[in-house]
Amino acid sequence: MARKLLFENINIPGIDTFEVYRKNGGYRAVEKAIKTMSSDDIVEEVKKSGLRGRGGAGFPTGMKWSFLAKPEGKARYLVCNGDESEPGTFKDRYLMTYIPHLLIEGMIVSSYALGANTSYIYLRGEMMPQIRILEKAIAEARNAGFLGKNILGSGYDLELYVQPGGGAYICGEETALIESLEGKRGNPRIKPPFPAISGLYGCPTVVNNVESIAAVVPIINDGGDEYAKVGIGRSTGTKLISASGNLVKPGVYEIELGLSVEDFIYSDEYCGGIANGKKLKAVVPGGSSVPILPANLILKTVNGEKRLMSYESLSDGGFATGSMLGSGGFIAFDEDQCIVRNTWNYSRFYHHESCGQCSPCREGTGWMEKVLHRLEYGHGKLSDLDLLVDVAKKIEGNTICPLGDAAAWPVASAIRHFRDEFEWHVTNPKEAMERNYGLAKYADPLPKLEEV
Amino acid sequence: MLSVTETQFVEFSPALIAKFDDVVSRYPIGKQKSALLPILHLVQAEYGWISAPAMDKVAQYLEILPIEVYEVTTFYTMYFTRPTGKFMLEVCRTGPCCLVGAEKIMKHIENKLGVREGEITPDGLFSWRGVECLAACGMAPVLQIGPEYTFYENLTEESVDQLIENLKSNSLQN
Amino acid sequence: MSDKVKVTIDGITVEVEPGTSILNAARQIGGDIVPPAMCYYSKLEGSGGKCRTCLVKVSKGSEKDPRPMPKLLASCRTTVMDGMEVQNITSPEVLEARKGVVEILLINHPLDCPVCDQAGECHLQDLSYEHGVGKTRYEFERRTFDKIDIGDKIQLHMTRCILCYRCVYTADQLTNKREHGILGRGDASEISTYIEKAIDNDFSGNVIDVCPVGALTDKTFRFKNRVWFTKPVDAHRDCPTCSGKVTLWFKGEEVLRVTARKDQYGEVEEFICNTCRYDKKKTSDWVIEGPRHISNKSVISSNHYETLKPLPVIKPNLALQAANKEEFERAIKN
Repeated sequence: MARKLLFENINIPGIDTFEVYRKNGGYRAVEKAIKTMSSDDIVEEVKKSGLRGRGGAGFPTGMKWSFLAKPEGKARYLVCNGDESEPGTFKDRYLMTYIPHLLIEGMIVSSYALGANTSYIYLRGEMMPQIRILEKAIAEARNAGFLGKNILGSGYDLELYVQPGGGAYICGEETALIESLEGKRGNPRIKPPFPAISGLYGCPTVVNNVESIAAVVPIINDGGDEYAKVGIGRSTGTKLISASGNLVKPGVYEIELGLSVEDFIYSDEYCGGIANGKKLKAVVPGGSSVPILPANLILKTVNGEKRLMSYESLSDGGFATGSMLGSGGFIAFDEDQCIVRNTWNYSRFYHHESCGQCSPCREGTGWMEKVLHRLEYGHGKLSDLDLLVDVAKKIEGNTICPLGDAAAWPVASAIRHFRDEFEWHVTNPKEAMERNYGLAKYADPLPKLEEV
Repeated sequence: MLSVTETQFVEFSPALIAKFDDVVSRYPIGKQKSALLPILHLVQAEYGWISAPAMDKVAQYLEILPIEVYEVTTFYTMYFTRPTGKFMLEVCRTGPCCLVGAEKIMKHIENKLGVREGEITPDGLFSWRGVECLAACGMAPVLQIGPEYTFYENLTEESVDQLIENLKSNSLQN
Repeated sequence: MSDKVKVTIDGITVEVEPGTSILNAARQIGGDIVPPAMCYYSKLEGSGGKCRTCLVKVSKGSEKDPRPMPKLLASCRTTVMDGMEVQNITSPEVLEARKGVVEILLINHPLDCPVCDQAGECHLQDLSYEHGVGKTRYEFERRTFDKIDIGDKIQLHMTRCILCYRCVYTADQLTNKREHGILGRGDASEISTYIEKAIDNDFSGNVIDVCPVGALTDKTFRFKNRVWFTKPVDAHRDCPTCSGKVTLWFKGEEVLRVTARKDQYGEVEEFICNTCRYDKKKTSDWVIEGPRHISNKSVISSNHYETLKPLPVIKPNLALQAANKEEFERAIKN
């Protein structure tokens, strides 16, 4: 069995209560941090651990923390990003539902490290049940003296609140989240200034994903060096992977980074293969925004090496033949799935979720959706494919926030790798309405690269 | 143009105001606008939807301009600015759910309830709509029902039928 | 030693105050290298960054950190650093991106310029002329909204709006009670008051002047005349509410409309009050200063008495001439 750092105790009955969590070693990290470590020590440990932001961007958490400005007389804030709206990602919901105290513990340690006396956990509004779970956990922790005034007699005060969103994917972007937390529309801010300088209420702010905060607990308990031993290369530690789609056992898995994609899909310890004895056609490995890859390219890189679940291996080959680990939303497509329909579905999502603030995203996402809708319903033209690629290019990189990129990548990559399926939709519109294109050659072994 | 003609008399109860006060206490003094989203959830839970007079009252309570409330309410998808059925079935319609049959489930709900997306059944009990990813892709297809936002996972046509029957009989008993 | 920072834009170096944006540094240089701006407005705090037409390439970050920026940046919201090098019209990448932004801004625009009061002084029209392509690749129904009146003097034609947010900032910063805002989201966003309300404030008329397109127009001037047939004249009066410095737009003896004085970037010099704008339409209300200088790039200056020699109205367009020639040859062949 692979090592578990977050979910080691998740199957213990009652682990969602303070009592059981504490009995099983919970809140050790708070005691260790507050009693024996300075805030700089903690930041140093997190830096040593090599932990990279688990929300999708993969930015080193320790470095993010060290950027936090510390002007005299100004409050600092830690905001936990639990907006989790990326299609294919549901690990944070799982973590908060079953082991809420892990997040609370991580929040206390991280807030202490950053010198924040009020911290917020921003959850998407649809997670009302999780909000109730977390509020109960916070009340339990407070009763036990881990929250509130003078925590464990150290003189450190911390208040922790849960804030609901209102239904907007864009609030997962850190500045949109801050706007939303200030009671405004979730329009991302124009950066700079970055939140580390001017975030919530104009004060220095760190925004971290739920899983990143939770990972601080094992880092403090075992030390950053120990955490860095798990994983592979610059992808240290474990990662929660949300597996969905046509798998025998979809669900949330904690993996050691560096596990092979093949093992993750087919081994019984993880997903157990493709459901109903079907064949794998394609995978979106990191949430809907990252490029889709056909079966042959997800299992092996273009150089014929085994593709691994790590930041580096999944992006091997760049966007030409690679993808990204993203938020770890692993979506598997079986041979019966239609890539055109799925791409249209994703583009509808981004069109629906665009905040409308900047023009390329506001207008471009709707345009792509309409063209894809036309392709899916048999009215497309061959020139539509180049049009889509071009519109995607016009959006990508030219918007205020990464939603523009997130909308462009799935469309561009689907056409890059599945062009013949799109063309078939145009040339055989009637047939395309009745049946799917099928597996075609997407799972065939890649031709060997010629030695140069 | 978004225009609202329905009027609804709104006077928030002391119990509701007490809940508002509790929310406002979470933020620094002068930053009470932060309470807007949670308060709108509370209002919707109380009245089923958020009318323009209710928004004006919220603005008054938070000492902000009414337009600031309208801007927020219309930005976020969870807030209803029109009445809905007592039970609003929100079915996830995004990619991963569609891979395992969400579209079929929505069609089934449409047939079962006999109303189109966004409409209310004649008995006033049900509405349904497709919503974007609910972050439960591993338990797909899923739907949620407010104001508690209870989740129903791994839906089948049979489990949806059962759910609708249960909701119906529960509301008859109450 | 000077405290100023040096920035080079398209090969031209200028020294500016620290904290200046790239766009404003470019405006200090002037000429063709100034990026177009549809949403930025120097008099409105927080404006800019949204339309993406002013994107530029930063090929050298600064003297200290010479790395280029990985993405194109909105020049209106990016502060210059000492030694920064910026490419605007010298970068094919920038021109390509800008062309894309213009195309995207136009896909849902009604292109009803023949019946639009803003025609002739519309920034979107100028932008499309400079950077657009002759035809659209958008083949779907365009988004439309009903026209509404906000107050008895302002018409909101949302279909034409490019969501620059300028009017929202204006109401926020000039009046004490903003009644309109951005409702909805994504491409369904709209400027609205939500429940019908008249915008009633001494300075509300300024939303007309800041609007870069024909979305907010002056109802007292509606369909009265094309702007290029009117003569702009600077005038002032002793106004208790505002500076009283305005531009009067004459047709013959008649004052057809009153606006604030706008500079070459379409920004007003000083905001004016509604009394000056709507209620003072007699020449005798004003002290006339003289003709308003209008840039010779503007169609308004085409028959302007200030200019002695006639100006070319249309730029020679080689592609068009070639196309005309081909068309002519085809016609005589048949």
